[in-house]
Amino acid sequence: MKDNSPLAECLAVSRRFGRSAAVDGVDLRLDRGEVVGLLGANGAGKTTLIRVLLGLLSPTAGQVRLFGGPPSRPARRRVGYVPQTLGLYDDLTPAENLAFSASVFGRGSQAELPGSLRGYRRVLVGDLPLGVQRQVAFTEALAHRPDLLILDEPTSGVDPLARARLWETITNAARAGAGVLVTTHYMDEAGECGRLVIMAAGRVVATGTAAEIVGDAQVSVVETGAWAAAFAALEAAGLPVALAGRALRVPGVSPATVRQALGPVAARVSQVPATLEERFFQITAAGRGSEADRAAR
Amino acid sequence: MSAPPPRLPPPSGAWGARAVTVRYGHRLALDQVTFQALPGQVSAVVGGDGAGRTTLLRCLSGAIAPGGGTVARPARIQVGYLSAGSGTYPDLTVAENLAFRAAAYQIPAAAAGPRIREYLVRAGLADARDRLAGQLSGGMGQKLGVIAAMLHHPALLILDEPTTGVDPVSRADLWSLIARAAAEGAAVVFSTSYLDEAERAAHVLILAEGRELAAGSPGQIAAAMPGRLWVTGTRPAGPARARSWRRDGRWRVWQPEGDRDAAGRFGDPVQPDLQDAVTVAILTRELDGDCTGDRDRSGGDPAPAPSAREGR
Repeated sequence: MKDNSPLAECLAVSRRFGRSAAVDGVDLRLDRGEVVGLLGANGAGKTTLIRVLLGLLSPTAGQVRLFGGPPSRPARRRVGYVPQTLGLYDDLTPAENLAFSASVFGRGSQAELPGSLRGYRRVLVGDLPLGVQRQVAFTEALAHRPDLLILDEPTSGVDPLARARLWETITNAARAGAGVLVTTHYMDEAGECGRLVIMAAGRVVATGTAAEIVGDAQVSVVETGAWAAAFAALEAAGLPVALAGRALRVPGVSPATVRQALGPVAARVSQVPATLEERFFQITAAGRGSEADRAAR
Repeated sequence: MSAPPPRLPPPSGAWGARAVTVRYGHRLALDQVTFQALPGQVSAVVGGDGAGRTTLLRCLSGAIAPGGGTVARPARIQVGYLSAGSGTYPDLTVAENLAFRAAAYQIPAAAAGPRIREYLVRAGLADARDRLAGQLSGGMGQKLGVIAAMLHHPALLILDEPTTGVDPVSRADLWSLIARAAAEGAAVVFSTSYLDEAERAAHVLILAEGRELAAGSPGQIAAAMPGRLWVTGTRPAGPARARSWRRDGRWRVWQPEGDRDAAGRFGDPVQPDLQDAVTVAILTRELDGDCTGDRDRSGGDPAPAPSAREGR
């Protein structure tokens, strides 16, 4: 395989369940050494796309290539996959989990536990804190030196220091040449990704770096001693208002419109650049559909 | 919408817990924790697994009595409480769950109907009225739980992990409900493991292993971070290596007060935020090898009673 050929590729991939399309005409390419962040609400199609990419589901339309061929069993051996549920055995210790995985993958020697985990050597995985369980799952997924790493919400429920360490591991794997596809609900982790892909209702609705996706989107910020009155006035006007400390933020609405909606409420209104999260809501709102539609998928 | 029922203000200006200690058998779940919840304000309790978040919220709600310290809370009927998990009836529909709750809290039917409709619309659940609560997605179930807890306009609204496992879009809906409850005058307390959410609260308590790691507004906690913080493209070598961590694709390096290793600087200076301050607090505990032992508690709190020190 040439070095510049993609590790994984989706070409106009769709996957339907009955009448609804969980994934709808998605193009995606993942190269060596690249960390791609896949963002989207639940039901946006992220996990279905990952399952199609791994060959666990077949696409109803389009083409999937894994290491240049169909996502076969031998191709999957070159992938390290950490699902949301981690896939560890709760009633085995970390070392026993690693030994079991080593025998399944046909490796003679099992992976060494990283120093930070050695203190947990004899504790059953089910009794470990979630952050430690995630580290064990990572160690297991990386043990066979995969060319492609797929991580579904790897940092959910983990304290900030443990999250930073998981990202260090992810980045080191990418630096060593692996391609990484990672889903996350933390917008502030987007800065660790070289490229972001945002999905809504089964489609890719934005792609690029965080800065490219935010672009010049603006937010009106309302500072007032009477935040409750301001909040009620802005909500009554149908504006998308969010509370931040004692200030209010109104994405995508001009200060003039905000001032008008505030009416007699005294407030200072200014304009600041939008955050990625605020931009994310604007982008995905268009393709969002109703809650019931999303949940029915 | 109908006028909320009158709320009695808290006797000392805030609901909350003062120097509260809770033990489960030999385990110390909360150690002299103090927390305030002001009316019309959103307060956050943050911590990882086993930090004591749920125990503190259960104390505030009156579900458990602390072994030491005092709790100020309104009458039971003026408390709204969403436990971690759900707090709704899976075999009832969304509308039936809320009608049941309205009846239990004696909200007059004329007031309950419009209020339920308004909250359902606000939460994006209007189309799900007739679905069984047990068949809702995680985010939808949490939104139903929050609506049920705030339906009777409680003076103190306590939400245990309302956004855990919830996607960003439903999180935004939940935040809108939380802000609504505070705008209506409730003292809102929620627990979370997401620091970006805590940044949006007016007051934050960070718990670790049953003790206060930091408290104040997000700005106060960030400003109280000891030492200095740098940002750099590469991880430093030497002793500073253990004090560095990744963030936003670069490295943060923390320099403790009085550190002499630094022949100047580790990169560009950066103003810490809440996440940096909490990371430093966790790191400090780790570097001190002090995850279970005693800490210097010279913050003015009385020393824990000898009985509270057993079982560590």
